[in-house]
Amino acid sequence: MNKVFMSGNHAFAEAAIRAGCRSYFGYPITPQNELGEYMAEHLPKSGGVFVQSESETAAINMVIGAAAAGARVMTSSSSPGISLKQEGISFLAGFQLPAVIVNVMRGGPGLGNIAPAQGDYFQATRGGGHGDYRTPVFAPGSVQEVADLTRVAFDVADRYRTPVMILGDGMLGQMKEPVEFPDMLVDLPEKEWALRGRGEGASRYMASLILDVMEMERHNWELVRKYQAITKNETLYEGYMLDDAKIVAIAYGTTARIARAAIKRVRKEGVPAGLLRPITLWPFPKEPLQELARRIEDFVVFEMSTGQMVEDVLLSLEGRGRVAFHGRPGGVVPTPVEFSRILYREYQRQVKSEK
Amino acid sequence: MKLLNKWPSYYKKDVVTHYCPGCGHGIVHRIVAELLEEMDLGKRAVCVNPAGCAVLAYKYFDIDMIESAHGRGTAIATGVKRVKPELFVFTYQGDGDLSAIGTAETIHSANRGEHITVIFINNAVYGMTGGQMAPTTLLGQRTTTTLGGRNPKFDGYPLHITDMIAPLPGVIYAERTAINGPAGIQRTKKAIQAAFQVQVDGLGYSIVEVLSACPTNWKMTPEESFKWITEVMAKEYVPGVLTDKRGGPA
Repeated sequence: MNKVFMSGNHAFAEAAIRAGCRSYFGYPITPQNELGEYMAEHLPKSGGVFVQSESETAAINMVIGAAAAGARVMTSSSSPGISLKQEGISFLAGFQLPAVIVNVMRGGPGLGNIAPAQGDYFQATRGGGHGDYRTPVFAPGSVQEVADLTRVAFDVADRYRTPVMILGDGMLGQMKEPVEFPDMLVDLPEKEWALRGRGEGASRYMASLILDVMEMERHNWELVRKYQAITKNETLYEGYMLDDAKIVAIAYGTTARIARAAIKRVRKEGVPAGLLRPITLWPFPKEPLQELARRIEDFVVFEMSTGQMVEDVLLSLEGRGRVAFHGRPGGVVPTPVEFSRILYREYQRQVKSEK
Repeated sequence: MKLLNKWPSYYKKDVVTHYCPGCGHGIVHRIVAELLEEMDLGKRAVCVNPAGCAVLAYKYFDIDMIESAHGRGTAIATGVKRVKPELFVFTYQGDGDLSAIGTAETIHSANRGEHITVIFINNAVYGMTGGQMAPTTLLGQRTTTTLGGRNPKFDGYPLHITDMIAPLPGVIYAERTAINGPAGIQRTKKAIQAAFQVQVDGLGYSIVEVLSACPTNWKMTPEESFKWITEVMAKEYVPGVLTDKRGGPA
């Protein structure tokens, strides 16, 4: 397929269809409405199912039903709607059902606003709903990556039988960029565990209620082993200008794009800055960061929040290095000039302390 | 020799019931299991069971099942049926599940005319949590959260949710029955059979509300419970066909 010019929201939907997703359940909320609208237009054409639900709560439960029946299924929303979906995401985790949930983040808490933000990092990476579980979280940084990671998200969801979240923001959802999609997947393998009526075989039952405490504990540890495998096999990150870097920015999604532009600027001023961009937020790229900390002392975390991912950075560094944080919450999108000032200032501090 | 009775194929054997003596669930379970066999639906059936006493229904039904978060049964059933229309999908829900926390899912699945069947057990009380007021609790009825009896001034009125959704165009068949004796049990089986057939025929949504005893939380004997259903509950929730659009729009 040739490159097309498309918004992130449309790219999520097109990539899902190409990943074999033939069912989508959702409720309108800005800034992700174009995703559901694209599904409403294109899914029926490819023999799929689109339902506009009465609420986000209903949508995620329709997702549970479709996933239980063996379908590749997606829902999407933005921050307040994702809060409503958390009950169902907890059930998906408990049932061990695969599904892809897109969060096109906006300012918060509460209704907040409809501008791009990254305030749902904790909610996404700590499980979000009740109970002891994790959700793999992918954070695309471009419309092309939306197309690529949506495919990966469906594969990871099926491979590990887990709900997977893709965490974008209003900027990524609304912005148009050239994008090339992977080929249409056909003939997905049958899911042996799915509900299909017992036929001549034994009946199947999907439960998250496990009253026996020893059995519940066994289930909890089984989930942990799955999360350990995901951590080992699926952690993704990208380094930029790290080879000679003496100060490293850490940022994801939209913020990482801005940080990249800032690094280009400060490099012209002789500041040897680089970028570590987590692509999976959970599992967090802890080991690559620890590896960097062997030779780099200074880290600057940029987020469109008051500081959430910075906690994972501090946990990963285990007391090593010096971590500065610069955040713009509330829907404010920072500029490369703003970030380059921070990088310049922090680097000057480093140079002074070395004198 | 004429066979008068047999154990239903889709009802598990050798399991001890967790339902209380005199509870209506066991009777309705039996009816459902018999119909799944008689109508040859068990092999392609998926049951969505609720949060509530019937969360453990999988211990008895020998068909594919999925448990629902409290109130979300018809949303899950929508998901299953939409992606696998060839399956026979029904929910089994209580009054708290269907008419309190799941009100939105109930109304909108009915309004979309989803091709699912809903078995609605109305016992006018929250059974599993120990007898609190339900939306369907009668005026004056004592529960653990209406100690002096349900008072409309503070607690509102009994909710007739099946009557509310019956007029919707997508609701093809709705009937209310009562498990209050042999005649009521026979009528309930006929009603559920009619509702199941609506789905088999691809007509749309069907629901059967069953007035069902909860002797433990009503603090009555099973015999008194049947009598109370007939003399009190069925006066508020009158049994009968609430809508029948099988022949076309009403």
